[in-house]
Amino acid sequence: MNMPKSATSPNRSALTNGSGAAAILAAGIGSFSLALLACAGDKLAAVKNGLIFYKPTGPLSGVTTGAILIWLVTWVILEWRWRNRTVGIGRIAAIALALLGLSLLLTFPPVVDLF
Amino acid sequence: MEITVRGLWTLIHGMGFGALYLLACSGALVELYRFTASSPPSEANPGQERFLKGYLVAMVVLAWASVLTGAYVIYPWYRTAPPPGTTDLAMFPQRLLMASSTTIGWHSLGMEWKEHVAWFAPISITMVAFVFIQYGRDLKNHRQLRAAVLCFAVVSFVAAGVAGFCGAMINKYAPVQGGHTIQLSQGEGK
Repeated sequence: MNMPKSATSPNRSALTNGSGAAAILAAGIGSFSLALLACAGDKLAAVKNGLIFYKPTGPLSGVTTGAILIWLVTWVILEWRWRNRTVGIGRIAAIALALLGLSLLLTFPPVVDLF
Repeated sequence: MEITVRGLWTLIHGMGFGALYLLACSGALVELYRFTASSPPSEANPGQERFLKGYLVAMVVLAWASVLTGAYVIYPWYRTAPPPGTTDLAMFPQRLLMASSTTIGWHSLGMEWKEHVAWFAPISITMVAFVFIQYGRDLKNHRQLRAAVLCFAVVSFVAAGVAGFCGAMINKYAPVQGGHTIQLSQGEGK
């Protein structure tokens, strides 16, 4: 018998966790991309110049536009692949949170200055 | 009483979008926890769930509006380079901060941190809103998913807080000003 996707019993879910996992991992990857691009732009003059998409804002325009594109493309791909699947959410959430933690570290100027 | 156009935009960015987002964060965290962890299914109220979904969508709009106005409206004014020989740096906030050893940290640490960390807020809260709209109360059946969503919501709050604090301090020492002056009211003599 087919069950509507939103129908749930009190203790068990009819929704798979794939869609949520895709959103979480994509957010982690997007955040980490932003931190990596910011770090690369800070350390390498060629990268810095290449990240100037909008001159008045400078390299920040390329860092954020690039990261948002990576985030959204990753999200679309993962959502497409995992939407109706049940995935290992524990491992995926741990990876996403680790990426988010690294992103926070890599955007803190004293840490960036260590490289 | 008057305000410059640049001052008004800074106000809209910081007090309008940013501060409102920070205020909304604490409510969102409590409600997200309450909806997905604590109450039994018998207490489910579709109206409340719909309200929280709308609340989160409003937060997404506020977060994106805040970072986009910051990066594309105010930041260009902040980093404008003065013409050679300029001695009065009041209209060039970045250079004004960098001109003194007592304020340079507000640029090299404050702005350098703020301009990047702020973007974690809209990315995180967009994901949080999407997952809550998708799953609603059913999140309580996905313990690890729920925990990750709450962690991202907390990081969104912290990122917005860091950006807000640095922005307020930078604007205290080197306010973004200039542009047309808007007259708010006529002064009256005492």
